[in-house]
Amino acid sequence: MTAGPWKMESQRAYFGKALIDLGRRNPNVVVVGADTTESIKTIDFGKSFPDRFFQLGIAEPNMISVAAGLAAAGKIPFAATYSVFGSAHTYNVIRQNVAYTNLNVKIFCSHAGLTVGPDGATHQMNEDIALMRGIPRMTVLVPADGPETAKCVDAAAAMKGPVYCRFSRTNVPTVTSAADDFAIGRARVVRDGSDVTLIGCGLMVARCLEAADALKRAGIQARVINLSTAKPLDIATIDRAARETGGIVTAEEHTVVHGIGAAVASAIAGNHPVPIAMVGVQDVFGESGEAEELLRKYGLTAEKIVDGAHDVMKRRDRKR
Amino acid sequence: MVDVSEELIASLKKKAVTLRKHIIRMTHNVQSGHPGGSMSAADIVTALYFHILRVDPKNPTWPDRDRFVLSKGHACPVWYAALAERGFFPVDELLTFRKLNSRLQGHPELGTTPGVENAAGAEGQGLSFSVGLALAARMDHKPWRVYCILGDGEQDVGQTWEAAMSSSKYGLDNLTAFIDRNGIQQEGRTEDIMPLEPLAEKWEAFNWHVLTIDGHDFRQILAAIEEAHRTKGRPTAVLSRTVKGKGVSFMENKIKYHGAATSDEELKLALAELDAQEAAI
Repeated sequence: MTAGPWKMESQRAYFGKALIDLGRRNPNVVVVGADTTESIKTIDFGKSFPDRFFQLGIAEPNMISVAAGLAAAGKIPFAATYSVFGSAHTYNVIRQNVAYTNLNVKIFCSHAGLTVGPDGATHQMNEDIALMRGIPRMTVLVPADGPETAKCVDAAAAMKGPVYCRFSRTNVPTVTSAADDFAIGRARVVRDGSDVTLIGCGLMVARCLEAADALKRAGIQARVINLSTAKPLDIATIDRAARETGGIVTAEEHTVVHGIGAAVASAIAGNHPVPIAMVGVQDVFGESGEAEELLRKYGLTAEKIVDGAHDVMKRRDRKR
Repeated sequence: MVDVSEELIASLKKKAVTLRKHIIRMTHNVQSGHPGGSMSAADIVTALYFHILRVDPKNPTWPDRDRFVLSKGHACPVWYAALAERGFFPVDELLTFRKLNSRLQGHPELGTTPGVENAAGAEGQGLSFSVGLALAARMDHKPWRVYCILGDGEQDVGQTWEAAMSSSKYGLDNLTAFIDRNGIQQEGRTEDIMPLEPLAEKWEAFNWHVLTIDGHDFRQILAAIEEAHRTKGRPTAVLSRTVKGKGVSFMENKIKYHGAATSDEELKLALAELDAQEAAI
């Protein structure tokens, strides 16, 4: 896999289509929505399967509990909305009605992170990975692009138990292909390298690949890992990267407080601690702006990942 | 009034006294838990578990069973007592309530206690959960019904009204909600904490079929359920006027017994009162 230019595609479009395909195969799949169904493309499922689609209005706590009730009666409900509503606004409902009950509810949220854009900080959910990772029994998915979003739909439906999946409003570079294998709980090494490891999730995987290209021009071979499952963490793959490359940069469109960077850091701390740098939102709220402008302003760029790589390699080599 | 036999009423009354004795013993044994709101709901729970619900204690997850959802999770002592008396697990187990390694958690946990259908504790989620169940039953053309008991304190919670709206939107006539209107919540009288009245009119305004009954009169409880079953196209809310701590004179209408167990001395007095009630039936 080489860095861009990639096709820019909508994760929501892949999500909506995957849901319909799944609905055709599995009559137990139902969808609940909260007045965002056109935007996140679940409306198309509603048109295909009107009896299995429930528009519940701007009432996300109710939506999550209704999904839990449907799951308790044997359905596989997908509860989908924007990530700020599907995680933070409904946190204790998810905790008590979905995770504590270990019910088969699949929460799929778009509009994660800064790239929501002009809507501003109220809608830019940079804390949902942290929130959802903290809940026992929760599986947390962060697909890198459209094709992987579709795979998350199928994999979430195939597993038993609660799932939270977050993706972007903005079109993102398609860095995976339908043929790539995907499994919940498995981090994928998308480029091999032995000098440093770049671990990204969501749209930051593309930026990790760009950073790896830039590093290559400087003679540095960076390993790139697509961490599409934020929980449970693929500790074996992360550990091996720490051992074999000796330094890690994480990149996420999320706060560095309890995001995938913190998860990776705590995973390697016990076995093979190596220098780590975290590219992400630095414990601040976002603001209005275009997606690319925001990523630049808040330091979610390939350049910052490159800087982080040089930084961890310097720190590692000082120790040697 | 439905035509019910004196024998049925007498047996339900006796069972309700038994449940209240369990509630007193369970909460006394661990010196915690919520006896007041368990006792106010005891007659409704008794009517459901010992006359209405189609459930199978030998097969608690029988797919076609009726679903009972306790939204006011703190009142789980009455639920556990009913399940034990109905044969879902041994009556002896009731005294493990709230103790380490028990199947009877301080608030209901799904999957642990045979017969428990939902997790509750944080208020205001149970009716929404019931909506999901009722939608699933209807989708599958199943005749099983959903009964949910809500506290009146839970009427403060916004999600309760989100659930109320969605129930009537989908015309869930297979869903019956009992509101245990005992008038007291943790810190005081409901009308002081957050005025609820006119409560029946609120549920009517949300397009529910609303009945107001004495929640300690079995004839009225059974008649309300029968009317709910007859009502088509709308869910039914049974606004049940009850007494917090019902059945033990010194506990009745006392805010303290929302979340306080009896002392050793009070235990004796309470059980003596309940014994006398049983003898008089």
